Amino acid sequence: MGAGGASVLGKGLLGIYLSVLVLLPVAALLAKSGTGGTSQFWREISSPEAVAAIKLTLVVSAIVVAINAVFGTIIAWVLVRDEFPGKKVVNALIDLPFALPTIVAGVVLLALYGKGSPVGIDVAFTRVAIALALLFVTLPFVVRSVQPVLHELDVSMEEAAESLGAGPLTVLRRIVLPSLTPAIISGVALSFARAVGEFGSLVLITGNLPFKTEVGSVYVFGQIQNENLPAAAAVSVVLLAAALVVLAALTLLSRWRSKHVL
Amino acid sequence: MSSSASGSLALSPLPAGRAAPGGGGGERADRAVGARRYGVRTIALGYLALLLLAPVAMIFYRTFEHGLTPVLNAIGEPNAQHAFWLSLEIVAISVPLNTIFGIGMALLLERGRFKGKALLGLLIDLPFAISPVVIGLALVLAYGKTGWLGDWLAENGIQVIFSVPGMVLATAIVSLPFVARETIPVLRELGTDAEQAASTLGASGWQTFWRITLPGIRWGVVYGVVLTTARALGEFGAVSIVSGRIEGETQTLPLFVQARFENFDATGAYTAAVVLALLAFATLVLMNLLTRRTRADTAV
Amino acid sequence: MLSITPMKKVAMTKRTLVALVSICAVALALSACGSSGSGGSSGSLTLVAYSTPQPAFEKLIPAFQATAEGKGVSFKQSYGPSGEQSRAVSNGLHADVVDFSLEPDVERLVKAGLVSSDWNQNTTHGFVTNSVAVIIVRKGNPKHIKDWSDLIKPGVQVVTPNPFTSGGARWNVMAAYGAQLKEGKTPAQGQEYLKSMFGNVVSQDSSARNALQTFVSGRGDALIDYENEAITDQKKGQPIEYVIPKNTILIQNPVAVVGKGSASATAQKFVDYLVSPAGQAIWAAEGYRPVISGVSGAHFPAPAGLFTIDTLGGWKKVTDEFFAPETGIVTKIEESQGVSTAK
Repeated sequence: MGAGGASVLGKGLLGIYLSVLVLLPVAALLAKSGTGGTSQFWREISSPEAVAAIKLTLVVSAIVVAINAVFGTIIAWVLVRDEFPGKKVVNALIDLPFALPTIVAGVVLLALYGKGSPVGIDVAFTRVAIALALLFVTLPFVVRSVQPVLHELDVSMEEAAESLGAGPLTVLRRIVLPSLTPAIISGVALSFARAVGEFGSLVLITGNLPFKTEVGSVYVFGQIQNENLPAAAAVSVVLLAAALVVLAALTLLSRWRSKHVL
Repeated sequence: MSSSASGSLALSPLPAGRAAPGGGGGERADRAVGARRYGVRTIALGYLALLLLAPVAMIFYRTFEHGLTPVLNAIGEPNAQHAFWLSLEIVAISVPLNTIFGIGMALLLERGRFKGKALLGLLIDLPFAISPVVIGLALVLAYGKTGWLGDWLAENGIQVIFSVPGMVLATAIVSLPFVARETIPVLRELGTDAEQAASTLGASGWQTFWRITLPGIRWGVVYGVVLTTARALGEFGAVSIVSGRIEGETQTLPLFVQARFENFDATGAYTAAVVLALLAFATLVLMNLLTRRTRADTAV
Repeated sequence: MLSITPMKKVAMTKRTLVALVSICAVALALSACGSSGSGGSSGSLTLVAYSTPQPAFEKLIPAFQATAEGKGVSFKQSYGPSGEQSRAVSNGLHADVVDFSLEPDVERLVKAGLVSSDWNQNTTHGFVTNSVAVIIVRKGNPKHIKDWSDLIKPGVQVVTPNPFTSGGARWNVMAAYGAQLKEGKTPAQGQEYLKSMFGNVVSQDSSARNALQTFVSGRGDALIDYENEAITDQKKGQPIEYVIPKNTILIQNPVAVVGKGSASATAQKFVDYLVSPAGQAIWAAEGYRPVISGVSGAHFPAPAGLFTIDTLGGWKKVTDEFFAPETGIVTKIEESQGVSTAK
């Protein structure tokens, strides 16, 4: 049948597209990181500068996603449950960090939080700057993850709890949060993956001081310039693995929770 | 705080609107609720003002700081114009490709029957987890002169890296997952009933797809296209590695922003940034209009 | 959308889909052909350079185009960190003329077979511009920085680009080190100096341009940079001054023709123009010291203790000794920094 032939052709084309775009480059990356065997791989990723960069990336990203989990939920709450003039505009703006090119974010954050800042803050070239940039670019993820769930949430459960004498904190803790947790976790996973890989907004604001403000992606970039491709590939694989592990773990966790929470 | 009040008013009517929990009857309770609501609202809006609105205001302020004329000059500059059109050209190629691929993948994952669906899903999601810098590196390792396909490409006179095709490739990779991700849940919700009915009535696969499936998933697809476009327009890291930065040839608008900034041409950099920001805003508007449509269409 | 009769619509939409896919494929292929064929014509030159001389080339290229040899020649230009650009060319970025920050970046292309091995067998030894390493400070020099020794004083914050991504940074490091030797110190003491200096470094951007950007944005008290950068930025109105230390290194920037195709004759004419009296006068106006004598408008103070990279053994030896990935002196200093400041 025509459809059958088309579907084989279709699958073939899809396969080629996926290979050209994802499989081949990733395979080349893994191969490069493995040249010289596991001993060289280990040596590349355990060099002091690499370790410092990876550690900084993971620690700052973890802090940033923790902040996002809290504030993202609060913002989602306000956008769903509250009413105020201009709410629609604020709601639309949440997606701005996603749509704005990272280099533009970097230029603007430098102007805003560096010397000559109109707000009087000067934290450019410090770890605080890294955190600020990452908070900016990962803003939408938790908010957009939680919003639809919050929207669909049945308020009557909360009201029933209140009428039975539960205080607002109790209602929050025992009724609302458990329903939101899978969504929060999902948003956190996406935030983390994004934060670990972020480059464009950091390249101007962080001073790229090895061991102090050099994040993993910038270290990889530097190693590419230094023509030390095995080192670049090795650290890339570590960063990728970190993001994937967190993504997979949190996705599984949120799916498990949504099955076990009514 | 208000627990005693609500405890004694167990049968009071529901509070109007969707107030924060803990609302009940009684003035003291209402005031407490109101205070809490304002408090939470202030926290949320204050955070957003610091993180979002300040940068936005900054871009516009810095661009127009010295008046309109420098901005108009900057817009008219040939390299700036070329960068703008190059960015659009790259988007015009990568977005349709990703759309077709995304719909195809969604169909495969939701309607197909085979093992390894999880793996396929992972591969599609992979670009989310990879840093743009790493994507650039991977492309150079695969398609660069000394890469895996380097010799074959050179023999056939095809230049990928340091040329527009490489930039299209980089852009397509980073914006790959969106159409698939947005289409899959819609496809799932759509269900196969109508499709099955159509095929029992004698419709071919193509007919079923065009007349039943595609209209049903269209808003998910469109939303995915908008996301893809936004991501593609704003791409910087991966493209910066594979670009070669030839002004007027392989310099996209984001790369142009960086180059101008480094040359102390603040007006040029900020003007290009404003253009990108405006494009981003347009995308935001579309995204938000479509979110409502998507929900409306799939709401049962 | 569904107003046409079903059968026609299916045929049309199937064809539309095929057409769409083909258009995309053709577009991709066309852009591939278009760009790979762009370097052939002799009427167009591609210049790949480090980022610093971009303002100078904005003047040099039109001036060349006004000469008989340059008439009708169009230019494509790419600027970026010297090492990055060099690596790009060796990896396939098309170039007809390259102008880099230091010799090893051209040697890389010689090794890749892109530049002929006799590229520097000429009167200027392959160099197109000279400069010296200077220390850029804030206007008014509030911290009274006059020489290399001031950079290791406690509380002085130094900015210099990352020596592993920026050619400019390597000049800086060797200038500081060589100055110690010139003052009579031993190599060991020179290395101690470098260690102290790196202890005061607060930012190491990926390129000289970025480091300048960082400094101008308010970070640090002293930026090690080239004299011509300092001159250019003062001209642009940046609130800076610069100090030429007594002992400093002569920075020599190479230029070379790439490839042997039809464009290389035109490329050679461009390179000849760049080292001609007319070209050198334009360079001088931009703050670059000339490589030939008798250039009008070139009034540059001569540091008492000027030395070259050859005094220190040449780039090959220096690169191995100081910047080798695991054993280099500077590599080890950077790493030891990490150990002492890691939290």
